[in-house]
Parts: sequence; C-alpha cells; structure tokens
Amino acid sequence: MRPALLCALLIGLASPALAEEPNTYHLSLKDHHFVPDMIEAPADSKLVLIIKNEDPTPDEFDSTQLRREKVIPPGKEITVLVGPLKPGSYKFVGEYHEDTAKGVLLVK
Amino acid sequence: MFATAIIVFREVLEMAVVVGVILAAAEGAPGRGRWVGLGIAGGVLGASLVAAFAEKISDLASGMGQEYFNTAILGFAALLIGWTVVWMKSHGREMAAKLKATGKAVAAGEAPLHMLAVVVGLAVLREGAEAVLFVYGVILSDKEGPMAVVAGTALGLGGGAAVGFALYLGLLKVSARHLFGVTSTLLALLASGMAAQAAGYLVAAGALPGIIDPLWDSSWLLSNDAVMGRLLSVLVGYQDHPSALQVLTYAATLAAILGLAKRIEKTATVARA
Repeated sequence: MRPALLCALLIGLASPALAEEPNTYHLSLKDHHFVPDMIEAPADSKLVLIIKNEDPTPDEFDSTQLRREKVIPPGKEITVLVGPLKPGSYKFVGEYHEDTAKGVLLVK
Repeated sequence: MFATAIIVFREVLEMAVVVGVILAAAEGAPGRGRWVGLGIAGGVLGASLVAAFAEKISDLASGMGQEYFNTAILGFAALLIGWTVVWMKSHGREMAAKLKATGKAVAAGEAPLHMLAVVVGLAVLREGAEAVLFVYGVILSDKEGPMAVVAGTALGLGGGAAVGFALYLGLLKVSARHLFGVTSTLLALLASGMAAQAAGYLVAAGALPGIIDPLWDSSWLLSNDAVMGRLLSVLVGYQDHPSALQVLTYAATLAAILGLAKRIEKTATVARA
C-alpha cells in the first residue's frame, strides 16, 4: 500500500469528523429533477443534506422555508446544514429550474 | 423567455433596491451619477469573476465557502452603510443650512460617495453573480434560442431597474426637509438587514447557533416568497421566520448605528454652539 494512502486511511480511522454524520441525506439533481424528491427526517435533530448536481448546468438549491440558498456548480456536490427542525414539510427547489426541480423535506 | 426574465428579475431586485435608496440618499451630491455608475460597472465585473470562480469559492472552508463569502460581502456592506449614516448625521446641520440657502435637497451632500459606490458594487457583485450563473446555464442548456435569452435577460434587468427607479422617485416625493432623515433611517435599516442576513449565513455554515430558530413565524401574514415580502426583506430586512441570532444581530446593528449617530450629532451641536 502506498504510504499516502495508508496515511489517509489512518487519519480517516482516527478522526470521527471524517465519518459521515448521522442524519445525512444524499440527493442529486438529474435532468433538473431532485432524486429523491422527498426525504423523511426526524424532528429536533441536525440534518445534513448532500446534493450532487449531475447536470451540465449550474443550479441553486433554494428554500425560503429552510432559509437556505446555495449555488451548485455543474458536476459538483454541496453540503447544506439544517435543523433542528419542528415537524412539518419544508419545500425546496432548484431555483434555476423551478418548474421541474422541486422537492420536499418531511420532518416527523 | 419569461421564465428567464422572472429569475433574472428576482436576482437583481436586491441590488436595484440598494441602488434606489443610495441614489435618493445622495440626491444633489455632485458626481453622484459617476460614482454610482462606477459602482455598478465594478459590480458587474466582480459578478462575472465570482460566477467564473463559483466552483472554487464553493469548495473553500470545507464546502462552506459560499456561506462565508456571502457573510463577508454582506458584513462589509453593512459596515460601510453604517459608517455613511453616521457621517450623514454628523454633517446634518451643515446640510440643513445648505438646504435653507439653496432650497435644494442635498441629502448626503459631499457624503463619502466613493463609499456608497463600493456598497453599490458589492450589492451588484453578490446578487449579480447568481444572475450571471443562471443565464450562463440557460445558454448552455440550449433550450432557448439566443434571442430569447437576450430578451429575457433584458426584460428581467429592466424590471429590476424599474423597481429601483420607482423607489428612488418615491423617496424624492418625500419633502426636501425630511428626505435626509428618511434616507438615513432607510440606510440604517438596510444595513441592519444585511447584518442579520450575514448572521443567517454563519448559522447556515454551522459556525454559529441560531439560538432559538425560528423565533417566530409570520409567513402566514407576509411570506418572503411574495413580492412584497421579498421587497421588504431587502429594504428593511423583513424575515418571515428569523432565528433569534438574526433578530439580535439586527437590533444590535441598528442600535449601534443610531447610537453612534446620535452621539456624534450631539457633539457636533455642542461644538458649534
């Protein structure tokens, strides 16, 4: 094994920050649709949304209800931190393709 | 075309409002048009750069680069606007005297116009970058012909400019005697709103807690999704469900600007007495 890889592995094992946080949800934007377009998440917890843009054009994750707004460059991934949230449904859109890129975060 | 126009309009609304208020605040100041124009031009250049480096910015600070970038821009703009308000207040008497002498409203007088130009530039840069990215995406996707993209963009920009100009004209309707007070108060509210927004970005980055989040929810009354809610959010910082941290930041900024202005106004009066 190459030393650099070994180092990375050891750091990875030693550092809990690199492990995936609980309540992490992966989404992607494909053909200007969110996949999945509905996520169920627990109330009163911190949530991590990781959104990958698989389209060749930029978009913007936008939710007034979650009070988040973040550009997703094409082919890139962004992390959006939200919560703790009260139970309810929180809508979000890809602002540049609002007619198709729609999703909802169901908090229970 | 209309879809393009609507999104461009939304993205440029904030800068239009900022430019409108600043134009009114600097009414009668010599060289105002040149400085504001310079600010817009610089902002457009900056917006294109930010859009070009969007990926790099996004990757900074373990993926929280956009949040910190927005915090920095908004914080800096709030600081400059706050400073301008304090300056305006400290020169208020001179301006009132000038008004009596010339009969013309000189709200900001020879106010630090270069500073206001920077504020205009920052506003254009921040929101303009998103508009540039969006239009770039529309061009790339090739869904609309080039003419439709140009027409949609022009329509959106024109709509935004119209709102800014209407705000400016509306402010000029305020009697000359009150223009100074109204514009300086509006600028103070604008700065406080920007500071609160900056605090919101720090919460989004996970750097600060929202404390109580949300502190209230008045979206049933006036939602930030509605045009009026959007306008008020830019103009006076209205948020339909702010976190306690945002409300505290708003109040602290407003108190700091008005407090400092009052204190300086007092010393200026005493000094001249």
